[in-house]
Amino acid sequence: MGVSGTYDRGRELFVEDPIRAVIIVVAVVLVLDGVRQLAVGATQFSELGVMLKDGLMRGLFFGLAGIGLSMTYSILNFANFSHGDLITGGAFGGMIATYVIAGGFGSEGDIGSLMLLGSGATAIALALVIDRLVYKPIRDRSGITLLITSIGVAFTLRYLILFVFDGSRRGVTQSGAIPTVDIPAIDGTVSLNLHELSLVVVAVGLMAGLHFLLQRTKLGKAMRAMSDNEDLARITGIPTERIVTYTWIIGAGLAGVAGYMFVIWNGTLHWFQGWILLLPIFAAVILGGIGSIYGAILGGLVIGLTMSISIMWLPSGLTRAAAFFIMIVVLLVRPQGIFAGRATA
Amino acid sequence: MAAGTREAPTMSDTEAGTPDAATEHDAVGDADADEAESRVTGTVPLRVEGLRKEFGGIVAVDGTSFEIEEGTMTGLIGPNGAGKSTTFNCITGVHEPTAGTVQFQGEDITGLAPNKVANRGLVRTFQIARELEEMTVLENMLLAPKGQRGEALWRSVLPFVRGSVIEQETEILEDCWEMLEFFEIDHLAHEYAGNLSGGQRKLLELARALLTEPTMLLLDEPFAGVNPSLEERLLEHIHELREQGYTFLIVEHDMDLIMQNCEHIIVMHQGQVLTEGTPAEVKQNEQVVEAYLGGEVGE
Amino acid sequence: MSDASAAADGDAPDADESDNGSFTLWDQDAVKLTTLVIGLFALYLLGGYLLGYGTRQQLASIGQLSVLIGVFAMLALALNLHWGYTGLFNIGIIGFMAIGIYATAVLSKGAATAEPAAGSTGGFGLPLWMGIIGGVIAAAIFGGLVALPALRLRADYFAIVTVGISEIVRFTLLETEIQKVQIAGYWTGLGGGSGLILDFDPTDRFLEAFGLMDAYIGFSDTLGEQLGVGSNPKPIFDTLLYGLILFVFLIGFYMLLQRTGNSPYGRVLKAIREDEEATKSLGKDTNRFKIKGFMLGCALMGLAGILFYAEQGAITPDAFRPRLTFYVWIALIIGGAGSNTGSVAGGAVFAAFLFRGPIFFKNIVQNTFDSLDAPSTFGQAVSPITGADPIPLVAYTIDNMGQLQLVLMGIVLIYLMHNRPEGMFGHRKEPASPIRLQDRTQPKPAASAAATDGGRDQGGTDDE
Repeated sequence: MGVSGTYDRGRELFVEDPIRAVIIVVAVVLVLDGVRQLAVGATQFSELGVMLKDGLMRGLFFGLAGIGLSMTYSILNFANFSHGDLITGGAFGGMIATYVIAGGFGSEGDIGSLMLLGSGATAIALALVIDRLVYKPIRDRSGITLLITSIGVAFTLRYLILFVFDGSRRGVTQSGAIPTVDIPAIDGTVSLNLHELSLVVVAVGLMAGLHFLLQRTKLGKAMRAMSDNEDLARITGIPTERIVTYTWIIGAGLAGVAGYMFVIWNGTLHWFQGWILLLPIFAAVILGGIGSIYGAILGGLVIGLTMSISIMWLPSGLTRAAAFFIMIVVLLVRPQGIFAGRATA
Repeated sequence: MAAGTREAPTMSDTEAGTPDAATEHDAVGDADADEAESRVTGTVPLRVEGLRKEFGGIVAVDGTSFEIEEGTMTGLIGPNGAGKSTTFNCITGVHEPTAGTVQFQGEDITGLAPNKVANRGLVRTFQIARELEEMTVLENMLLAPKGQRGEALWRSVLPFVRGSVIEQETEILEDCWEMLEFFEIDHLAHEYAGNLSGGQRKLLELARALLTEPTMLLLDEPFAGVNPSLEERLLEHIHELREQGYTFLIVEHDMDLIMQNCEHIIVMHQGQVLTEGTPAEVKQNEQVVEAYLGGEVGE
Repeated sequence: MSDASAAADGDAPDADESDNGSFTLWDQDAVKLTTLVIGLFALYLLGGYLLGYGTRQQLASIGQLSVLIGVFAMLALALNLHWGYTGLFNIGIIGFMAIGIYATAVLSKGAATAEPAAGSTGGFGLPLWMGIIGGVIAAAIFGGLVALPALRLRADYFAIVTVGISEIVRFTLLETEIQKVQIAGYWTGLGGGSGLILDFDPTDRFLEAFGLMDAYIGFSDTLGEQLGVGSNPKPIFDTLLYGLILFVFLIGFYMLLQRTGNSPYGRVLKAIREDEEATKSLGKDTNRFKIKGFMLGCALMGLAGILFYAEQGAITPDAFRPRLTFYVWIALIIGGAGSNTGSVAGGAVFAAFLFRGPIFFKNIVQNTFDSLDAPSTFGQAVSPITGADPIPLVAYTIDNMGQLQLVLMGIVLIYLMHNRPEGMFGHRKEPASPIRLQDRTQPKPAASAAATDGGRDQGGTDDE
């Protein structure tokens, strides 16, 4: 093997799969150029550090929100276009909860965790009501019918939110008051604030909890069975309707929490935030392989980092375009996702 | 009636007078000539050599080789998972084989797209009949003939050239009616294909396949889900067509049917050809009995 | 010519038979659609009467409605070719419309050889008709580029790819680096976030092209005076004329797609929608059919986009959010995917009831109860409910009809998917052949008539 083996493999790749080969070449060129930019000082290490941090934050958010989308996609068999608005709904729900209980914004800490729970609970309640009213009666129809229906749900939800909460962008945090630490980088510092830290903690904690749930509990096994083969699951006596309910609870709960985390990280909340985030979340889920929880997380990180780091080469307006572009390329080259192989979990 | 069926290619003769038909006409005419020639010379139309297909790590077909003789009716049997359908799919271009070659009428067709394989005269039907449900029986039939000028978008849409499309359509329609009558399903012509019974779907699929002017037909479980009386009729039609010179390769689960109707049988097991020969020879082969775990082999 | 005579031949044998025919259908459908549109006009005129509209407002209202009906019907027709015929789940419609109008704008905006002032840019100064053709071709080519790799994807992936691409188009239009560029001595560009001023008025250009401008101004002045439109009647008649032009285009779309649909080409598209693998097994190169069909649909979407936006005087990337794509989907689903006539009807119904209707309704209500003071936030609107005073909520609702209208659209979409997935007008059968597929006219051979018995029985009770 050794060098000649690698060389042969490389040549084989070019002949058999030119598209993938081109992608690899482009990736290598970009990495080399990134190193060059750092070396000549076109990009500072601290700037790169900030990009990586932002990408990581965004990626964790996409991953967290993507898990729910991935689960409904694989267990209920449709691409849920209202997932983004579930995120918005959750965030607004959390805001109301805080508003009602604490009488407005301002203090941090306890209020934060209250909002977190409120967001999750709102999103779950929304998802369950919508499932009962909208999806349950047409459960047996094709994925396309459900997809189109979910577009209707997205419209209804999004504009109801606009109707109730109007179109203003709300600031939800006081940026000055957040505790921040500066982490030294080679030629500067990368600051990390409490919100960012809590996003990391919450995301990682929830992901770990979900891992435990899917791997160790009966419910998790039933979910995996159902995403593999629904008919078989039904025949073997798995209560599919109950699994569907749990799928919504987990998926929507994570979406609501993710929405809240995004809002405090981003600092603003507005009515079409979820819709804007939906496509990158789809990108993360597809990238990771539909139905794969870890795929969704890894896909989220890839998309998040892409959106942050692509600014080294692209004008800032096109970073989201870059994320979509990666999603499209993955769909074309490897529609089963880059981390696929196993279904859920 | 049978003669009428055989005459399907005549549409190319009648179109000679139309304005821009010259080039089309030649192309279709040549294809006809080739076909006629191959039938006369009697080459071995289908030759499969060392066919292998892997899915991931699983080997579905493992070095299958066989030849099909002109004008014969060959049965391809084997227990579930023996690789029959995969073999079919590799021959017809649905799957690209991992290794091995498929030759049709002396030309290598390995890995050709399904439509290209079909255009060379090797046409298949499906295990679960693939009728086009939201189209009527007649529309299903009209779809099949080759060389339709109206399949070019501009010819169908632009005013002055559309006349020739309509002219050809009238001829094709006549061919379709003849074929439907041959299969005795003309009374269903305006029915949606989705409303047909299982057996009628199989008849429709076979009729439709014949309109593409094939020389060889691959039938994937043509009798599955067909009631006994329609099965009888389907068999009659197949025999009649074989006498007209069509070559058949049939995958079938029902051993009795294959034993009674095919002159040559290929038995597959675990992705390989276990044995082949006449029904009598195959019946006596102990390996075959074993492969089927005893009981299921015929009587 | 040959076409017409052949069609007549096909019709001849039993022209008196009015049901299940393919050629009498066109007449019937045309009548139905015309009736529908006239009915919608009448409804709007009635609404205007209730509002106490003068002639000027009534004419303006009809003009705007015509433009919207024309645009949405055209878009639904184009989408029907993609989804209804071929099964291509395109939710990137707005992207192709954007490509169309931006290409037209760049080609036909006034030429600028000196650098234009900040926030504006020029074009290549070509005649508008060339710009339109260029825009249509650009949309078609872009459609081809999308289709080439994406066609083999499953429907839901295809949907995600197309909506992703329409967003990439929008981000690109927003991009400041190509806001203003110099190409071959001309200053042009996509205008970035501030968009492009369309310094061509399509109605004027149309009139000028036929040398009718003076006549038209004279005519509109005279007619305006007679009808009591008031001073400056031209803009009102412009909208009406533009609506008329769009209707002519709509008829063109309809005829083109009817022909496509009932041709052997369209038959293959339908077969692909039903079962692509089976269609391939019959020797059809399905990819080529799909790419052509997709490109044609994209070209038509581009043209509809050009016609929709050209009249608006300016375009900004914000107008090209995915929302409009979903409007078109709702229109198509109302009308019933798979039917051209249904598409037109769906477009008209959508434009009249869902798109313009709620705003019109809001005007009526606000005009009738002009004392209605709407609270500015939902909270203020809801709180009096506890005191059994629903008026503030009603007023708020009416005032925010623009948002509620989209909620309504969402609910309509859900309702249709639940109860009428085949469209409001039910399942429609449109023939897949350019000739009429009546029963065979020639006498059947005796044998087949006798043999039909066997097939009629599906239960297996035949004697054997």
